Amino acid sequence: MSNKEWPLWEVFIRSKQGLNHKHVGSLRASDAQMAVDNARDVYTRRSEGVSIWVVESNSVFASEPTDADSLFEPANSKAYRHPMFYDVPDGISHM
Amino acid sequence: MKEVTISELERRFQEKIDNDIKIEPKDWMPEEYRQTLIRQISQHAHSEIVGMLPEGNWITRAPNLRRKAVLLAKVQDEAGHGLYLYSAVETLGADREATIDDLHTGKAKYSSIFNYPTTSWADMGTIGWLVDGAAIMNQVPICRCSYGPYARAMVRVCKEESFHQRQGFEIISLLAQGTPEQKAMAQDSLNRFWWPSLMMFGPNDAESKHTAQSMKWKIKRSTNDELRQLFIDVTVPQAEMIGLTIPDKDLKFNEETGHYESGPINWDEFWEVVKGNGPCNKERVDARKKAKDEGAWVREAAMAYAEKRKERSAIRA
Ligand SMILES: [Fe+2]
Ligand SMILES: [Fe+2]
Repeated sequence: MSNKEWPLWEVFIRSKQGLNHKHVGSLRASDAQMAVDNARDVYTRRSEGVSIWVVESNSVFASEPTDADSLFEPANSKAYRHPMFYDVPDGISHM
Repeated sequence: MKEVTISELERRFQEKIDNDIKIEPKDWMPEEYRQTLIRQISQHAHSEIVGMLPEGNWITRAPNLRRKAVLLAKVQDEAGHGLYLYSAVETLGADREATIDDLHTGKAKYSSIFNYPTTSWADMGTIGWLVDGAAIMNQVPICRCSYGPYARAMVRVCKEESFHQRQGFEIISLLAQGTPEQKAMAQDSLNRFWWPSLMMFGPNDAESKHTAQSMKWKIKRSTNDELRQLFIDVTVPQAEMIGLTIPDKDLKFNEETGHYESGPINWDEFWEVVKGNGPCNKERVDARKKAKDEGAWVREAAMAYAEKRKERSAIRA
């Protein structure tokens, strides 16, 4: 007999067709099918979803908060990526 | 990466909190903040799970099929609340099973209200109305808690609580408008649950040793006494509206402050129940232990089955 704890799964729900699956929480289950069934029972009790993804938590590779500066700071200094950075002469429309 | 001192990390941490930036699982946090959250969230989780017992007691005896379906759904919701919270505890690096073992050994507490028996159907009404009502008062501010996973769990929980309170209020108000026997049953239930409900908010602010630090960390956003007062102010008119009497002879409305003033709470009773000497403490913890022990073979079998299937598909591949 196995004494191992059931693995942890991250749960993602698509709330309706046309939208991304979004992380909603986690749960423990012995396998992927049980994780989907349990997610159905706790995370979609009031029609919150039309599709469920489950991913074993230890398969998620996450960025480190301490790397946030080097990862995300470069985007902050590139305002020219936003359309507000450009002058559009008066009288020009549809742009 | 340059070395940063602990005091500098603490300063940055507090600065984030002061600026209402949420703390997420992998962020640096003071050990005491982590431990406070583990304690608070796991005890909150235990309350959700133990809280299923007094109501579970009435599922098979609900007066009709609709009431039975509603109560069953409500109790299932509470299981989900427990799950959201145990998951939030795990994000702090705590071992879920270890926190549950702490409940079983008596090291971890849960809301003292669930140590009172549910002796009549009216109690299903009173619990939804008062106990879930008080829980809402407690939980709404936690939706803005500084720790992201706890705040998000609370948002989910709060969305479900209003159903809990309304179904309870419907039960109690129907009984209060019923036959003299039904009305007496409703009043008796209110008499038993009123004071324990007020105790749910915890000791007076002057006695509450963790409040100041928890407020500074924005784990707690309102004090026990503030929330208790809010609860009294909204609940007393509801009782009057349905013709029930709050069992407090000192209760009066202060025109100047716009608040109700209530009589003294029996804190000796509160501490006795917290210490384990309430009417149902032993019964509740025994029921939880029994569930864990007698369910062990199911958990083991499910895991063995999953592993066997994994091995088989590895061989086939
Ligand atoms: Fe709950
Ligand atoms: Fe509830």
